[in-house]
Amino acid sequence: MFHRESGVFKTTYRADMALYPLPIAKWTVAVLALIFVVIVPLTVHEYYLSILNLIFIAIVGALGLNILVGYTGQISIGHAAFMSVGAYTAANLAVRLGLPFWITLPAGGLMAATIGVVVGMPSLRIKGLYLAIATLAGQLIIEWTINHVPAISGGAQASIQVERPSLFGVSFNTQGHLYFFLLFFAVLAIVATLNLVRSRIGRAFVAVRDQDIAAEIIGIDIYRYKLLAFAISSFYAGVCGVLYTYYFGIANYEQFQLIVSIDYLAMIIIGGLGSVLGSILGAVFVTLLPIVIRILMEDVGSLFFTTAEMANVISGLRLGVFGGLIIFFLIVEPEGLNRLWRNIRSYFRVWPFSY
Amino acid sequence: MSEDLEFAFSLLLNGASIGLMYSLIALGFVLVYKATDAINFAQGEFVMLAGLIVAMMLSFEGMPLVVAIVVTLAVMIGFGFGLERVVLRPLLGRPVVAVIMATIGLAAMLRGLGPVVFGSETRAVSLPIGDEPIVLGPASLPPIQVAGAIVAITLFVAFSWFFKKSRMGVAMRAVADNQQVAQAMGINVERYFALAWAMAGVVSALGGVVWGSMLGVDVHLALVGLKVFPVVILGGLDSIGGALVGGLIIGIVESLAAGYLDPYVGGGTKDFAPYVLMILVLMIRPYGIFGKRKIERV
Repeated sequence: MFHRESGVFKTTYRADMALYPLPIAKWTVAVLALIFVVIVPLTVHEYYLSILNLIFIAIVGALGLNILVGYTGQISIGHAAFMSVGAYTAANLAVRLGLPFWITLPAGGLMAATIGVVVGMPSLRIKGLYLAIATLAGQLIIEWTINHVPAISGGAQASIQVERPSLFGVSFNTQGHLYFFLLFFAVLAIVATLNLVRSRIGRAFVAVRDQDIAAEIIGIDIYRYKLLAFAISSFYAGVCGVLYTYYFGIANYEQFQLIVSIDYLAMIIIGGLGSVLGSILGAVFVTLLPIVIRILMEDVGSLFFTTAEMANVISGLRLGVFGGLIIFFLIVEPEGLNRLWRNIRSYFRVWPFSY
Repeated sequence: MSEDLEFAFSLLLNGASIGLMYSLIALGFVLVYKATDAINFAQGEFVMLAGLIVAMMLSFEGMPLVVAIVVTLAVMIGFGFGLERVVLRPLLGRPVVAVIMATIGLAAMLRGLGPVVFGSETRAVSLPIGDEPIVLGPASLPPIQVAGAIVAITLFVAFSWFFKKSRMGVAMRAVADNQQVAQAMGINVERYFALAWAMAGVVSALGGVVWGSMLGVDVHLALVGLKVFPVVILGGLDSIGGALVGGLIIGIVESLAAGYLDPYVGGGTKDFAPYVLMILVLMIRPYGIFGKRKIERV
């Protein structure tokens, strides 16, 4: 945030790598916690809570993809497929065996991680564009399998209805209840990622991304770390898929098509590759964008389009704007919103001086 | 010929003609990769765009087909040049992943804005070739597939001549071989990059006409582009002959899988078999049948 570092001297690497870079950061976190745990759920209208809920789910997925693409440098176009693996695993366990969410959720994540490792196998031999194509094939094959195997997809429409999660007899069946449920997992994912990237594993990921041969020479087992990156990333994706399933009360393969993989790529590119804050900003941005477009189109678009065309126009515009933003950020600001935020922050940090 | 053999023959012939139409689209992909080392994830969207333009031109009263195709060619060439200038050139020298993601962004943009600009209904592109199936022995082919195969083979002959004999083609091969040396020999590398994208535009324009008239033109036409990847991986990313052979093999595999496996698994193997084959190729021989072996290993 905007506080200044004067008077803080770090004398050990441990202090430099700490979760809270400054003592005052604890207060920032405490204030944020107060806002999100107490003030927001008490004051915000249900509709806006539902948007926040979608953002929380997207944050989990975006963090997972960023670990793989942003930190480890392995491109994946199959993120949505891993979500669907998690979603259908959890849905089947919940419906057929009646298991509660605290079993189905990690189970969905672990299943997705297993499939993720299998799809990530080609990354051991090939990289860059070949890996992109291999993960694309993974996405299409998983999509096809779920759609064509009734044992997984639950037969008709390839969708499974799931009860809302419940804990100690309390069912999370309103937006307000789901808010706490999803906030918990979003925060868990954020803290886990922050800890992961400052650990030995996280540094190894960055080394593999920056120069894989050099990483191997300094003793990093790049095969292991690449598969680990795929496993962790897919675990996040699986959990994200389970959260979607519980949030909508239904697992449906249409929520996890190729387009969704592109949405998540858009999130991390717009937000900032290789940054936790970037994943969060990207998730917020990409979730809000279609809502803003819809509001704008409902006001302005009715002048040009009939109501029947509107739904098509809105979804088309959404995709078009995403595509345009991906290109724009890649060319103009490859570090994304995260960089813009840092620029703003460093301006205020030394204010009133310019540097 | 026995019943079984006749069935197999007609599957083969059908697969081969569809396969040649895949090669047509894959050709655009290979041309770009060969010259500029850029992966174009938007190849299917190029085809969709060309199809949309042709369909729109034909929807005007009394528009001759030739004019519509010429206009589409011109627009797609302009699009190729513009795209290289605006999107690809600023990304020169950046990691390969950046270019991949930029073309994915381009694909999303075209797929999103195409229906908004041109309308989302499915349109027909009617070519003056009739609907009567052409009978070849025991098998019969829809005329559009024959036309597509002929267009594909013509383009392959034309591009083979271009790369072997013409001055520009030789310069382009030099650029593909080694950009720095080519530049040192006085070849304007950036101009040839733009030319490669324009050539992809030409191929996509013809692909849009052929595929558009076979499937009808709407946003789903872009899905054809997903079949490009098995074709080029199998044939080799930088080989024009590879696109031809890869297309034939994928087309035949797809047709045989649909003919023999569909009754057992309840349909849809057509969209499944090519990718399984592709994964196998990636595992065993990632540079494909004719590709250069210089693939970067880890």
